Amino acid sequence: MKKVFSYFFLCMAAFLILSPFLYALTVSFETAAEAAAFPPQFLPTEFYTESYKKAMDTAPIFSFILNSFIVSGLVTLGQVITCSLAAYAFSFLEFPAKKALFIIFLSTMMIPWEATVIPNYFTIRALEWIDTYQGLAVPFFASAFGTFLLRQYFQTLPKEIFEAARMDGCGPLRFFITMVLPLSRPALATLSVYAFLTTYNQYMWPLLITNTDGMRTVQIGLAMLQWDQGISWNTTMAGIVLASLPTVCLLIFGQKQLVRGLTSGSTKG
Amino acid sequence: MLQLMRGLAYLAPSLLLFACFVFYPLLKSMSLSVFNTDLLGQETTYAGAKYYKEMFFAPQFLNSLKATLLFTLYTVVPGIFIALGLAYMANWQLKGIGFFRTIFAFPLSIAVAGASMIFMMFFNPSAGVFAYFLQLLHLPSISWLADPKWALVSVSLVAIWRGLGFNILVLLSGLQSIPKHLYESSSIEGASSFRQFIDITLPLLSPTLFFVFIVSVINAMQAFGEINILTLGGPSESTNVIVYSIYRQGFFDLNYSYASAESIFLFLIILILTLLEFWLLERKVFYR
Repeated sequence: MKKVFSYFFLCMAAFLILSPFLYALTVSFETAAEAAAFPPQFLPTEFYTESYKKAMDTAPIFSFILNSFIVSGLVTLGQVITCSLAAYAFSFLEFPAKKALFIIFLSTMMIPWEATVIPNYFTIRALEWIDTYQGLAVPFFASAFGTFLLRQYFQTLPKEIFEAARMDGCGPLRFFITMVLPLSRPALATLSVYAFLTTYNQYMWPLLITNTDGMRTVQIGLAMLQWDQGISWNTTMAGIVLASLPTVCLLIFGQKQLVRGLTSGSTKG
Repeated sequence: MLQLMRGLAYLAPSLLLFACFVFYPLLKSMSLSVFNTDLLGQETTYAGAKYYKEMFFAPQFLNSLKATLLFTLYTVVPGIFIALGLAYMANWQLKGIGFFRTIFAFPLSIAVAGASMIFMMFFNPSAGVFAYFLQLLHLPSISWLADPKWALVSVSLVAIWRGLGFNILVLLSGLQSIPKHLYESSSIEGASSFRQFIDITLPLLSPTLFFVFIVSVINAMQAFGEINILTLGGPSESTNVIVYSIYRQGFFDLNYSYASAESIFLFLIILILTLLEFWLLERKVFYR
């Protein structure tokens, strides 16, 4: 009996959490009149898909999504490279000033992006990178958080394999590429999922850096579907559903990685 | 020396990027804040503390500060309470609980733009869901985003929903790290689950709770998307939080010096909060 209650409460909570998105999904399948009706219609009367067509006609959603994928992919790749190199140095190599350099990495986490956004905008403008993929992606290629995440994992690898490899005449770079990276696939997957999701959902930077439809990322492009005179709610919601599909899939299939990434800060120092 | 060169070689890509996009712009923000600037952002004449004085005496900045603090209060406290309840449920040992955990994490996958636009539909005064519920409950109608008294609450609702996924996942991992035998032995002594929650769960979860608290405060201080989409800082400046003010001063009014002074102020607040977070993590490791 107690179990029945537990499941009942879990279902209620799940429904409440999902309800904003479920309602958006419902409205996206309603006609414009149904979507604007009062009292609101919580279920569509028919499976109306015109709003998706209208959303795609009004805004080039797939090209926006493609832009977001390119930028998020670039950032993910960039972070995997820079973070794994740095994490390798911090966990396997001995060198002077290691601690000081580590603190430099640490200190970047205390500087909010918003406090540096004006000079960064100037930099990108001076490089003539406004409205380019590199302008959107390059500033995020390094990440202290990602470095710590990988370092934590690298430190669980047995030190003996490093010694053994050195005995066999394997240099540090070869050891990094042939041993450490393949052994660290789970941690690299965590970093990738995390980096991709955060970049895909970025808002302020792409808003500043892009100014043509051809370069807009999907989060900024959605504004073209913002409800106003010509556009009704069903179209807006159809756009949101389309824009959210990639991240919803990422959450469902990459949840294990994502949870590891998000909680790594809270469980270990 | 060779060792140093080798170490630096691996760190170079990150260090170079940090230098260009983190440290240089921070120093540049500092210098912009003490110089007068032209419309392109070139420093012209030294201004000293002029912009900081202007900032601290401007009612507009005090208003931004108030809006930021209220937004933090509205989002952090309810956000953590709701997430705690849900994380507690997500920790029940039941078949299929993984399915519910995925659903509880769901808001993570909806970006700020989408979430804000969905809530905009809810807030719609003539046909929105919230208006309908208020009517059902015979409550007076609220013009959510147009009323200076309610606009900040409205944007906070979006931020609370968006933050739930992260808060639940972190609190859940905290709950899972509490040793099971503590519950078992207290069950034998006949403690109710409420007593167990107060006597075992809360004290052992407190470091995680504090971590979530600090991270939530940092996130709340940096909120921007909800406000840019839903209210543009209005009505009558009631949602003009610090980050939004930096954005508007810097990119619309081209008042770079003033915006930079605000940036440095924001930096100092986040700096203190982050140090607090690190100190907490240190202590936690120490206790293990």
